[in-house]
Amino acid sequence: MRQTRAIEFSTGLFALLGFAALFFLLTQITNRDIRFGETGYQLLAKFENIGSLKVGAPVSMAGVTIGRVEKIEYDNTEYKAAVTLRIEPGYNRIPDDSDAAIFTAGLLGGQYIGIGPGGSETYFKDKDQIHLTQSAIVLENLISKFLFSLAGKDKDKDQNQDAQGAEAKTQ
Amino acid sequence: MSLLRELWRSLRSGLETLGEMMLFLGRMLAYTPASLRRFGLIVHQVYNTGALSLVIIMLCGLFVGMVLGLQGFDVLQRFGSEESLGTMTALSLLKELGPVVTALLFSGRAGTALASEIGLMQATDQLAAMRMMAVDPIRRVCVPRFVGGIIAMPLLAAIFSGIGIYGAQLVGVQMMGVDSGQFWSQMRASVETRDVMEGVIKSCVFGVACSLIAVYEGYNAIPTAEGVGRATTRTVVISAVVTLVLDYMLTAALR
Repeated sequence: MRQTRAIEFSTGLFALLGFAALFFLLTQITNRDIRFGETGYQLLAKFENIGSLKVGAPVSMAGVTIGRVEKIEYDNTEYKAAVTLRIEPGYNRIPDDSDAAIFTAGLLGGQYIGIGPGGSETYFKDKDQIHLTQSAIVLENLISKFLFSLAGKDKDKDQNQDAQGAEAKTQ
Repeated sequence: MSLLRELWRSLRSGLETLGEMMLFLGRMLAYTPASLRRFGLIVHQVYNTGALSLVIIMLCGLFVGMVLGLQGFDVLQRFGSEESLGTMTALSLLKELGPVVTALLFSGRAGTALASEIGLMQATDQLAAMRMMAVDPIRRVCVPRFVGGIIAMPLLAAIFSGIGIYGAQLVGVQMMGVDSGQFWSQMRASVETRDVMEGVIKSCVFGVACSLIAVYEGYNAIPTAEGVGRATTRTVVISAVVTLVLDYMLTAALR
C-alpha cells in the first residue's frame, strides 16, 4: 500500500511538472497573452500602405509599448488598409489629433506603429479613428524616388547648361 | 540470382514485420478504451516510463540547451545578432531537439525496459500462464504500457524543452552576456503557439511509435536469454530510425 502511494505521488509530480513545462512554453515563450476578457479600448487607423505590419505588432508612444495591433483589414471603399489597434486601459490620455506612423525596428526588425502625441485638449475614446497617418516606408519606393530625383536633377542641369550656352551665343 | 532471392526474402520479412506491427497496433487500440477504465495500471506505467526517466531527461535537456546557447552565441556573434539567441534556441528546442532527443532517450531508457520486461515475461511463461487463466496478455500487459508511454512522451518532451531553454539562458545571458530582456522578448516576439503545438504533435506521434515498437518487440521476443537481448537491441535501433524518419515526414507535413 505504502509503495503504490509513493508511485502515485511521483507520477502525479511528474504529470504536474510536465504540464507546468507545457504551460510555461505556451505562455512565457510565445507572445500570446492569456487574456480574461478584452481590456483597454480600440482605435482605428487607415494607412495607404502597411508594408509588412502583422497582427500582434506593438503600438508604441515614445518607445513605450502601449498596445497591440488587433486586426488588419482592407477597406474596399477608400482603398486603404484599416488597422484596428487595442490600447491598454492605462493609456487613456492620447490627444485626439495625434498621428500614427508605421516604423521598422532596426534594419531587419519587424514593423510597429508609433503614435506621436498632438496638442489637443480632448482625448481619444473607444472606436475613434486616428486621421493623421503615415504609411510604411517601402524600400523600393524610396529607391525609385531617389533615382527619379537624380534623373530629374541631371535633366535640369542639362537644360541650364543649354540655356547658358544660348545666352553666351547671343551675347 | 541467389542475391536477388536473398534481397526479396529480406524485403518480404521486413514487410511482414511491418504488417504484423500494424495489426498489433490495431489490436491494442481496440483494447485501449476498455483499459482506460483500469487507470491504476496505466498510472503505474506512466510512473515506469515517465517519472523514472525524469532525471535523465532533465539532465540531458539542461546540457543540450547549454550547448545550444554556446554554439548559437558563437554563430550569431559573427552576424552581430546575439540578441536572436533566444529565438534560435527556443525554436530549435521546441520544434526539433525537444521531441527527437526525448524520443531517443525514451527508447533507450524506457523502451528497453518495456521490451526486456515483456520479453522476460514471455521467456518465463508468465504470459502463457495469463492465457491459461483466460486473461488476455495484450490487454493486461501490453496496452497499459503502450498507453503509459504515449501519455509520458509529450510531457517529457515539454520538460526537456523548458529546461533546455533555461540552460540556453544560463549560458547565453549569465555567462556570455546577452541582454536578458532582448533574449526573452525576441523569443516571445517570434515564437508562436503553432511552434509549440508542432512539438507537442511530434512528441505524441513519437510516443505512439516508440511505445509500439518496444511493446511489440518484447511481446514477440524469442523466449530465450539471447532472444530477449536481441529484442532490446532491436527496440533501440528501430525506434531511433523510425523516430528520425517520422521526424522528417512530420516536419514536411506541419510546415
